[in-house]
Amino acid sequence: MTSSSRLGLLLFGVYTVIYAAFVLLNAFAPTIMESTPVGGMNLAVLSGFALIIIAFALSLVYGYLAVDAEEPAKKEGGDA
Amino acid sequence: MIYEPSFMAVLIFLGFVGLTMGLSFYLGGKAKSSAGYFAAHGQIPWFINGVAFAGDYLSAASFLGICGMIAFYGYDGFLYSIGFLAGWIVALFVVAEPLKRLGKFTFADALNAKFQSRGITLVIGISTLIVSVFYLIPQMVGAGALITPLLGFPHWVGVLIVGATVIVIVVTAGMVSTTWVQFLKGSLLVLFSAILTIMILNKGFTVTPESADAVDRPRTLGPFAFDKVVPKKDGDLGNAVVDLRKKDDDFGTAIKDLPEMVGAHWRFDSQDKVSIPPYIIAPSGVWSVQTDAGNVWLRECQTVEDIESAGNGKTSKDPERVYEAGAQLVNGYLKGEEYGDPTASYENGRPRRQLFPVGQVSKLPEGKTETGALGPMEFFSTLSDSEVILWGKAKHSIQGLEGVNVYVPKVTAGSQVLRPGENPKFAGIRSTDFTKKLNFVSLMLALFCGTASLPHILIRYYTVKDQAAARKSTIVGIGAIGFFYVLTLYLGLGAMTSGAMDVTSTNMSAPLLAKSMSPLLFAIISAIAFTTVLGTVSGLILAAAGAVVHDIMKNYMHIQLTDSESVRVAKITSVVVGAAAIVLGILFKELNVGALVGWAFSIAASANLPSLIMLLFWKRTTREGIISGVVVGMVTSLAWILLSGPTLDGVFGFKGHAGYVPFSEPGIVTIPLGFLTVIGVSLMTPPHVEKEVAAEGEVPATAES
Repeated sequence: MTSSSRLGLLLFGVYTVIYAAFVLLNAFAPTIMESTPVGGMNLAVLSGFALIIIAFALSLVYGYLAVDAEEPAKKEGGDA
Repeated sequence: MIYEPSFMAVLIFLGFVGLTMGLSFYLGGKAKSSAGYFAAHGQIPWFINGVAFAGDYLSAASFLGICGMIAFYGYDGFLYSIGFLAGWIVALFVVAEPLKRLGKFTFADALNAKFQSRGITLVIGISTLIVSVFYLIPQMVGAGALITPLLGFPHWVGVLIVGATVIVIVVTAGMVSTTWVQFLKGSLLVLFSAILTIMILNKGFTVTPESADAVDRPRTLGPFAFDKVVPKKDGDLGNAVVDLRKKDDDFGTAIKDLPEMVGAHWRFDSQDKVSIPPYIIAPSGVWSVQTDAGNVWLRECQTVEDIESAGNGKTSKDPERVYEAGAQLVNGYLKGEEYGDPTASYENGRPRRQLFPVGQVSKLPEGKTETGALGPMEFFSTLSDSEVILWGKAKHSIQGLEGVNVYVPKVTAGSQVLRPGENPKFAGIRSTDFTKKLNFVSLMLALFCGTASLPHILIRYYTVKDQAAARKSTIVGIGAIGFFYVLTLYLGLGAMTSGAMDVTSTNMSAPLLAKSMSPLLFAIISAIAFTTVLGTVSGLILAAAGAVVHDIMKNYMHIQLTDSESVRVAKITSVVVGAAAIVLGILFKELNVGALVGWAFSIAASANLPSLIMLLFWKRTTREGIISGVVVGMVTSLAWILLSGPTLDGVFGFKGHAGYVPFSEPGIVTIPLGFLTVIGVSLMTPPHVEKEVAAEGEVPATAES
């Protein structure tokens, strides 16, 4: 397995935990989603936006850190 | 509702669609060989490919389905947005690169790179066909929803137009054109949705109060004090004990004495066990009886009745009049009939009998009547302290109104609209019933796993030159798609409060919202959404054609085809699949396209994902394991969906059927079942002997860095 693949699986694991927490909270404690922690916005909206932003952030991390196994000459972003 | 086409809107729409198709033909002329037809010579730049991912993915389901679901029920539709985007995480982090190393043209080629098995080729080809068709249905239904408000054609004409157009595109051009065209539309759809969102925020909310003598919207009577118990059977309002008096006025009018209640009867629906009759049927209309903190309100419903054989109709406001078979009554009048003063300004100055458009804020915080421009966060905090009127279809038939579609208004707190669980589909999370909660988890799991298993998304991995480019494409795709999904919540809630929605179709909400803002924007957005549907459908049809030519004919049946022959067979397949999609698109008209796509994801995730993941990450996987995993996942998820309550009720017409499975979304059962089958059967069959193909099939150990 390449380092990119390992990195991918690690980031996948991180996101899966966050996503699962979101889904399970919605399913088994939906009232928590009605609380309004910031600026009158409820947790449902905030956490939904957060999930989308986190997905993009993780994909950027991946794009920046992943190295191509087949093209070792190309070292762009391979400073991990 | 009745839709009058505007000349300018139609012109802009046709211009845009014509331009897109012209581009398709021009670029398609360059793709002659079969490699070019299917995979664009592997030469699409990564950025273009990334936005094209968005163009593919942000199809009818997202723009029409999700926005419509949010517009009708609030937050729940946004859960689809979140799930659809999360699926990209699986696609990018787990599947994208190993697959790019394995693949050639189709999903089957990728799975087969290791085994060279005809069996695998066949089952994957079939699963690709099934998933493509399930994904095609919502696109076609969505196309009809776009055409109706724009051109005024009935739904089926819209479906026919999109079907015919796509068949022409696919038969004349191919992947090159669709990638570039998808890029164009992906970027325009996101851009114009952003513009629409800014307009929504800029406009803020305006109150349309409930009123007893409204003429441009359904009426509300009340509040009344509720002081007598109502007997639990249907009855005549005049003789009955229903004696609801106006609040704070013990000597005021009882509702039976209101002019609207002359000749009224109150009715239970077929399932009701409550003490207050939920409906009153009067010559003045159908009224919903609603209680709220000791007050009783009567809210006017909207009705649609199809006259099946010539007669008076059940809802007619002119009981003497005889209607022909096939006529449609809306709110008790013949649909489309002109009435009253033709100079009155109502719908282009031609007052015609039609349903009222809906979607209103009935109260704002602190008694304000309008908010003015709102910030992106203020939008939610303001809505959360407001009150809106949502419309839903009466679930059970009402006695005396059997066969009539009754749409019922429901006053809903803004805070309720912004929380999960208002949509009947998601209401289970608020119950104590574990299986209903499981249904929700199951859907979210299918969305998470589905993206990576969709045939038309996978095919784009092969159109860039290397893994780095594939990765960058996906990141661009996630960025564009994620941004759009954030906008869906604003668009949906904007539509909910636009006063422009059609109660009979959730799918039309986003275009109607645009129409209420600006006819120009409406024409542009409809054209983009329509061409997005065209692009998505052509991508799917190509995937289906690829499955037939490569997987089933060449690899399974060993039919020798020359380059030009395989392109010809692919084109014939495209015509057949396109025709099937047209028929299904007409049949499934009533269902929300977002929910339909959810099913396509369930089947894709159950059939394809287990084999794909096990092949990529478990060396012990055998040919037999993959074949049985695909078959078991595909058959069980498909059977589950076909036997579920919503399908039996909504598609096959068994009203109120609970289904033969405990809940409607199969994913949580069938995806693990797929994995277990692959693992179990692999362990029971002899391990795969590594041949020379394995070097490129499995990631070589030497690549460990």
